[in-house]
Amino acid sequence: MYLIVVPLIGALAAFLLPSDRPRPWIVAAFAVLHLVLAAAVTAEGETGLASDWFRFDALGRLVLIVVSSLFCICALYCIGYLRLRSNRPNRIFCTALLFFLAMTSLVALAQHLTILWVAMEATTLATAVLLYFNQNQRSLEATWKYLMIGSVGIALALLGTLFLAYGARLGLGEPTLLFSDLVKGAKHLPGAWVRTAFVFLLVGYGTKMGLAPLHTWKPDAYGEAPGVVGALLAGGMTTCAFLALLRVYRITDAAGQGVFARELLVVFGLLSMATAAAFMVGQRDFKRLLAYSSVEHMGILVLGIGLGGAGIFAALLHTVNNALTKGVLFLAAGNIHRAFKSKRLEDVTGALRRLPISAGLFLAGFFAITGSPPFGPFVSELSILTAAMDTRRYIVGALYLILLAVIFIGMGSTVLAVVQGEPPEDTEGRSFRESAFKTVPIIVSLALVVMMGVWIPSWILTLLHAAARLLGGS
Amino acid sequence: MPPIADSILILLLLTNFFILGTANLRSAIRGVALQGLLLGVLPFFVESHATVRLVLLVIATMAIKGVVIPGLLMKALRDVHIRHEVEPYLGFVPTLFLCAAGTALALLFADHLPLAAADRTGLFVPASLATLFSGFLGLTTRRKAISQVTGYLVLENGIYVFGLLLYQSMMVEVGVLLDLLVGIFVMGIVLNHIQREFSSLDTERLSRLRE
Repeated sequence: MYLIVVPLIGALAAFLLPSDRPRPWIVAAFAVLHLVLAAAVTAEGETGLASDWFRFDALGRLVLIVVSSLFCICALYCIGYLRLRSNRPNRIFCTALLFFLAMTSLVALAQHLTILWVAMEATTLATAVLLYFNQNQRSLEATWKYLMIGSVGIALALLGTLFLAYGARLGLGEPTLLFSDLVKGAKHLPGAWVRTAFVFLLVGYGTKMGLAPLHTWKPDAYGEAPGVVGALLAGGMTTCAFLALLRVYRITDAAGQGVFARELLVVFGLLSMATAAAFMVGQRDFKRLLAYSSVEHMGILVLGIGLGGAGIFAALLHTVNNALTKGVLFLAAGNIHRAFKSKRLEDVTGALRRLPISAGLFLAGFFAITGSPPFGPFVSELSILTAAMDTRRYIVGALYLILLAVIFIGMGSTVLAVVQGEPPEDTEGRSFRESAFKTVPIIVSLALVVMMGVWIPSWILTLLHAAARLLGGS
Repeated sequence: MPPIADSILILLLLTNFFILGTANLRSAIRGVALQGLLLGVLPFFVESHATVRLVLLVIATMAIKGVVIPGLLMKALRDVHIRHEVEPYLGFVPTLFLCAAGTALALLFADHLPLAAADRTGLFVPASLATLFSGFLGLTTRRKAISQVTGYLVLENGIYVFGLLLYQSMMVEVGVLLDLLVGIFVMGIVLNHIQREFSSLDTERLSRLRE
């Protein structure tokens, strides 16, 4: 519980602090503290309060440690970023950051569908505030679209939750929404209600994840938000929404509707990858490019679950890899954006000369996310392919490979155009310096991605296996 | 389910048509307010004895859905001097036709759902589904930010009606609470800003970000 209370105290402290300058340090301090606490919980094993409502099971701990690490990296980066943007007041921004951290921890902790839903709703509110940081027309438009689409998604998720509760009332005699009760009594739940509920919850939480065709808020939101917010959305909030979906999948599978659910997930997964591929080829805006990359990887995650068996383990591994790699990409892209004052290919070339470290990291992040060795995503993307072949789904496997190849080429041409060539002469952003705070967090993040590719620590493996077993995988 | 509850639900369905059919934003907001008041009466029919929770729920629903939110929308409408036409993407006649078709389908569909015996006779399930559908129509066929918000509120009202079937599990309260948060707190702020930045509440102006 203190994992939620601590960042809330931090949010309050950030809000009450009168001066802008020390505020990012508070965020960073609480982020580090949260990471230490999260690591302690992860090491401790299955713990929580004495109630059935809040508990860190293996899935929750996995998401908690991923989000907490990513947040810590982003918070340290923020010190440098907010110094650069010191003309803007950052009180609301810092408060919302820590509130977001508290609510993501609540998502990981919740063992009750209603609590889970309330926490997801709260992350939506927090991120809407973060998106609006730049306070101009474009960020306003992005925030409005995000809120409108997100609110509809969250409303549909509530409806799905209600359907499941109704099914529980019919099947179990009382409308319980505790995961433990639902999984235990899943056999008695009426199939029609479970299926309907799953569809609504998939669409609802799928909107928050940004699965195609519900991804339309993503390019705008990621395009207009500061890089650090993009990283938190693409690696943090989507991971939480994925966790929510996994919780629902677990109930659906236990209720004997696993085949139905997995088929839907495969279709959504491939559709998301195909949509992303279509918009990534020839993309002229490198932040929107990253947004479509996020759509692609959400597709890969649900595809992995949809394949079942070994695919579940692979998808969970990919959750970790995706979050860390998105941290590298969005933060590095944020630096490039700041230095060139543009995110269009027309204005941005030769980033390797202008910003050797950030552009190098951006390039490395591109190779990592598209599944090149020795980075982490290579292992998880390959495992998903193996899972497809093992389950004899050759067509799915072939489509997956083709889409990955198209995305590699499409994304590559844009990324290379950014980093190669001569920087334009009239760069106004000459004042931008690659200070330690703006680069070291990204380097740490990339180091973690490499680590996940060559040597996965045994405690992460144990955690991943335990989480996969919860979902009926291996 | 007493017949009065069903009459109220039928009134609710009629307000759906009214909200979708009116060309005037002000009347659409009034329709939403009326829906809020109707929803406020409904809990009396799912719980027979007056508990503190029931009374609080009734008061909160009527106050929030019937007065506060419509009031804020009216205020937004007054403050920003926009024209009061609804300006739909889809004409009124096709919208109403779709709404009628949706309502009929909801009635048919509810018959096929495995429902508890007590819910089989009443109109709760079909009314909820039909209201959800109308909300969706309002949300997707309207151009102005305010009429999209009214569509969203109708959608939420449909969820509320379904939530009443699960009165024991406190889901209704969750719906009302977050109604307040989403519907108004944030959207209200954003509406204000849209006005300041664009001097109009037309979401069609929000079209700079595209491929």
